[in-house]
Amino acid sequence: MPRKLSNPFASPSMPPSEKAGERRPSQSKGNRLAGFFSTKSKEQSPATQTHQQGVSQQMTSTAMSLPTISLSTASAAGELSSDEPPTTLFQPPSADETRTRQRAEAEFGPLLSPSHRYVSAHHGKRLDPPIEDEPPYYYLLTTYISYLLLIFCGHVRDFFGKRFGDKKHYRPLKAFNGYAPLNDDFDNFYVRRLKRRLDDCFARPTTGVPGRYITLMDRKSDDFNRSYKLTGTYTETLNVSSYNYLGFAQSEGPCADAAEECVRKYGMSFCSPRADAGTSDLVLEVEREVAQFVGKPAAMVFSMGFVTNAGTFPALVSKGCLIISDELNHASIRVGARLSGAVIRSFKHNNMDDLEKKLREAIAQGQPRTHRPWKKILVVVEGLYSMEGTMVDLPGVLELKRKYKFFLYMDEAHSIGAVGPNGRGVCDYFGVDPGEIDILMGTLTKSFGANGGYVAAEKHIIDKLRMTNPAALLGESPAPSVLMQILSSLRVITGQIAPGQGEERLQRIAFNSRYLRLGLKRLGFIVYGHDDSPIIPIMLYNPGKMSAFSHEMLKRKISVVLVGYPATPLISSRARFCISAAHNKEDMDRLLAACDEVGDILQLKFSTGVAGGQEPLPEGVTPEMEKEWRKANGLEGVIKPPRWKLEDVIARGVEDCKQPLR
Amino acid sequence: MDLHEVQSHLNQWLDEAVVVFQKVPGSAVLIRYVRSSYQNDPVRSAIELVLFIFFIRYLLAPSYSTSKQNYVKLTEDEIDELVDEWTPEPLVPAPTPAEEAELEKLPVLVGPTGPKSKLANGKTVTNLASYNFYNLNANEQIKEKAIQTLRTYGVGPCGPPQFYGTQDVHMKTEADIASYLGTEGCIVYSNSFATISSVIPAFCKRGDVIVADRAVNCSIRRGLEISRSSIKWYNHNDLEDLERVMRKVVQEQARKKLTRRFIVTEALFETIGDVNNLPKLIELKEKYKFRIILDETWSFGVLGRTGRGLTEAQNVDPQQVDMIVGSMAGPLCAGGGFCAGSKDVVEHQRITSAAFTFSAALPAMLAMTASESLNVLQSNPEILQQCRENIRLMRAQLDPRSDWVMCTSAPENPIMILVLKPEVIKARRLSVEDQDRLMQECVDEALANGVLISRLKGNSITIHTSLKDGTWAVQPALKVCVTTGLSKKDIEKAGVTIRHAITKVMTRKTNNKLGVPAA
Ligand SMILES: Cc1ncc(COP(=O)(O)O)c(C=O)c1O
Repeated sequence: MPRKLSNPFASPSMPPSEKAGERRPSQSKGNRLAGFFSTKSKEQSPATQTHQQGVSQQMTSTAMSLPTISLSTASAAGELSSDEPPTTLFQPPSADETRTRQRAEAEFGPLLSPSHRYVSAHHGKRLDPPIEDEPPYYYLLTTYISYLLLIFCGHVRDFFGKRFGDKKHYRPLKAFNGYAPLNDDFDNFYVRRLKRRLDDCFARPTTGVPGRYITLMDRKSDDFNRSYKLTGTYTETLNVSSYNYLGFAQSEGPCADAAEECVRKYGMSFCSPRADAGTSDLVLEVEREVAQFVGKPAAMVFSMGFVTNAGTFPALVSKGCLIISDELNHASIRVGARLSGAVIRSFKHNNMDDLEKKLREAIAQGQPRTHRPWKKILVVVEGLYSMEGTMVDLPGVLELKRKYKFFLYMDEAHSIGAVGPNGRGVCDYFGVDPGEIDILMGTLTKSFGANGGYVAAEKHIIDKLRMTNPAALLGESPAPSVLMQILSSLRVITGQIAPGQGEERLQRIAFNSRYLRLGLKRLGFIVYGHDDSPIIPIMLYNPGKMSAFSHEMLKRKISVVLVGYPATPLISSRARFCISAAHNKEDMDRLLAACDEVGDILQLKFSTGVAGGQEPLPEGVTPEMEKEWRKANGLEGVIKPPRWKLEDVIARGVEDCKQPLR
Repeated sequence: MDLHEVQSHLNQWLDEAVVVFQKVPGSAVLIRYVRSSYQNDPVRSAIELVLFIFFIRYLLAPSYSTSKQNYVKLTEDEIDELVDEWTPEPLVPAPTPAEEAELEKLPVLVGPTGPKSKLANGKTVTNLASYNFYNLNANEQIKEKAIQTLRTYGVGPCGPPQFYGTQDVHMKTEADIASYLGTEGCIVYSNSFATISSVIPAFCKRGDVIVADRAVNCSIRRGLEISRSSIKWYNHNDLEDLERVMRKVVQEQARKKLTRRFIVTEALFETIGDVNNLPKLIELKEKYKFRIILDETWSFGVLGRTGRGLTEAQNVDPQQVDMIVGSMAGPLCAGGGFCAGSKDVVEHQRITSAAFTFSAALPAMLAMTASESLNVLQSNPEILQQCRENIRLMRAQLDPRSDWVMCTSAPENPIMILVLKPEVIKARRLSVEDQDRLMQECVDEALANGVLISRLKGNSITIHTSLKDGTWAVQPALKVCVTTGLSKKDIEKAGVTIRHAITKVMTRKTNNKLGVPAA
């Protein structure tokens, strides 16, 4: 397959010695940064020293490697890279080459087998909500007790702390010199007494590219997470935390090359809002391509996804209009909705019956008090929910839309690029015409490895937005290099640049997501979300397990994201994995192995089996025949809690994850 | 007797019920309690019973919302009919002719922004519409640093700061800004427009009081709107009025629980260009115990000897200002915004400020650019002098010389806001729309002569906010941004062009029907 050869990341030169369980030792990546900081900041000075020797080497090797990489990927990929394998296969690679390759592979892992691909697509019917498993009551009870204990201890510590403790720590909470306290004691309690205990699992400083691996800067705290000191060492961890869905977080390759060229040509900024002098040929080109990609006549890009939402709602709806929003919608949507002045109601997460009920009530009752009909109703959903891993039931929403004539605003922040056979988001995934959705919004921060957001719609809507969206009139316009990153990554996805690479990325993330999800279910974890979603939350429940899980994973050199109250209900704390196309099966296996161990240590395997992870059906029994087969064998209603052995999970995963998951 | 039978049955049931009731664990306690309290005070038991019933009723009652109070009950068929009949308004109204014209006229740059920019129509024009005051966008040293960063970090950080999106570059930029300004800490946001809109609600909660200048910009207004605090206004830059409002607030609150109070204002005003009086503000703030949120978006990198902003220009200790909000997207030619203040102020935002917590971090290369730009400013303060010299030259061409416009900006402000003179407006009885149209014509005329300037946008938005009695009609104005990238001769030439363009527009026959001003 010539396609595969042209892909520099999938080069078959992967050393066979690198076995699944065996990681190369984490090397310190400090040298990458040390060279930049001419003015040493305090924390960095030890780091700078230890890595000083590495700097010159690193820099030269980077410099040397760049032209070759850019040549083989950007231009005439076919011929050049077909020459490549012999050089790397038959000559012992030089130290420089090895380093360069290692660097590239730390950002984007090589594909290990052509079978590790899958096309993410739905059958076009309505989407069933995923089954949510529940742990035994024992765990719920202990969770509540833990919180009670934490709250109790917190109050005790507050009581004594405020009287005898270090004044400095309570300064923001106390009236001082006639000023009211900066923070509310009550509001701040959660942060002070609960979150601080796990604070070191959040906001871990990193360096380098957040690609397949991410380099954490080690830190320690001598005062119970009040402040941290960088130790000057670095840990390279497997990155299942960044929203790097398609693996475009790369410092080399076609996108980075294009961005570099763009910096040389355009400088760093347009220094002006879009409405003054910040509109460039580049931004118009990006808008055209984005519109084409999502399947809308026009689009507009902004320098930040949050602002896109916060600014667009006021331009669309106002007093006398109604916004019906999914209860789990993102904060930016809530801010935008509030700014618009419209009435806001919410419906149960992804629950079409509840949405219908709310719609009927809204239309029947009209506006509160006056009973005048609503001017318009805007339903707001997200394509893929970032905390749950659920996808919107788009066919269901559209069915309601045809009947109730509301306008639909869909935030595709996480789904654009990440799902669908062509990466064009949930419309693509469900095979729905994007024309049916009024406003398609998305961010360029995630799948595209850039920054910013877009809104795509009919031309007259976008024209109006250009004139009335304050973020466009007064806010900064996107930076040229960021625009170029968007443009080039879009073109990679569509195959205009480096043909085949985009397709490979899309299929790899689909495979990885399904493979990991199935594996985790089989190991016995409670996993939320839909099968094709690259966001995979596993449930932890107990607050104590949150930090323990994060630390155990960190020990195994995996960085994970914890999500807890207030982003989720109090008891359903979870860890979230964001899968990327930059991962390969080996990474997934490493993650599964780590989860298996940690799951045993922390007792996290509580699934009952209703949500999947069942034993495969015996030879000759197809899923359609399952019911009869169960009847025949007296297995009706028998659900065994899945507790597979890791070897079996890995051995069967590749094949089984391409079937409907069970 | 029938009645007797009924009574005996009843008694029997009662006895049985009592026996059953006594079997329930805890019933003895209850009975004892009721008995003793009944003996002591039968009224109390009755009240308790009523309360208890009420409580049960309350528990069982369906949750109701205030909106249901005048709920009309309809049958499903009626609802279906209503659904069929309901026709929503279009999602957006049709564009007005003015909007269409404006969209068409939007200048499109080809290639980089700079003192001379190439437009899509092939013309190269003098660009006085970008905030590229020091032409740092063309600085090779900064570009080199940015490329190195790109080659180490990629473009986007692919995650919010709380989830592995905090890179050492961001920490460095924060430390750099903090040490440049002289504050304890600093936090970097990924968009300047969202920064203050998010900083305000992070601190100002329901029940708090905000006193704001009437002329504050759109971004601040959005923050005020989200905050749910009680908002009082004072007349633009009228510190006596401010004191009056503050005194009133303090009096009103004298007997209440102490709440947080804030002054929100700008250092250089976005829509007027004039400068605030910080020492006086500080004096008032300390007297009445308010905190200050100061928007330095337009003064950071501009005012003061080395560009530290209003605090440096007016010799105020930056630590006396509680929150300094600024932008890195303007003269620094990078992107994003920041809020500087004490450690407590900064750390609080990291978890409670929506635009920080719920948005991806700033691209590393932009953060690095901001650091580098600050470095350049700090080591060459003479470019600020050079810029001021250019401002002076430009101003000389426009303010006293033009019969039609005057400049409301402070003398050091490189963004020169030019409004029509009051006597012109009065003599011609120009409405805001007329002025807007005239300003657009001036922009077009200047562009036709090779000078790109812009006009104040967004007055329609500012008026639209739902803030009560806080409306502020932005006066239509031209915006001329001076840059050091042009020679003195070029600046003077551009100034002449702009002046002539204005004169030409104002004396056009179609615009002239109401007579020339007296002057
Ligand atoms: C649904 C949704 N919308 C918008 C955003 C904001 O995007 P950005 O990070 O580009 O500001 C996010 C990011 O987390 C998101 O999840």
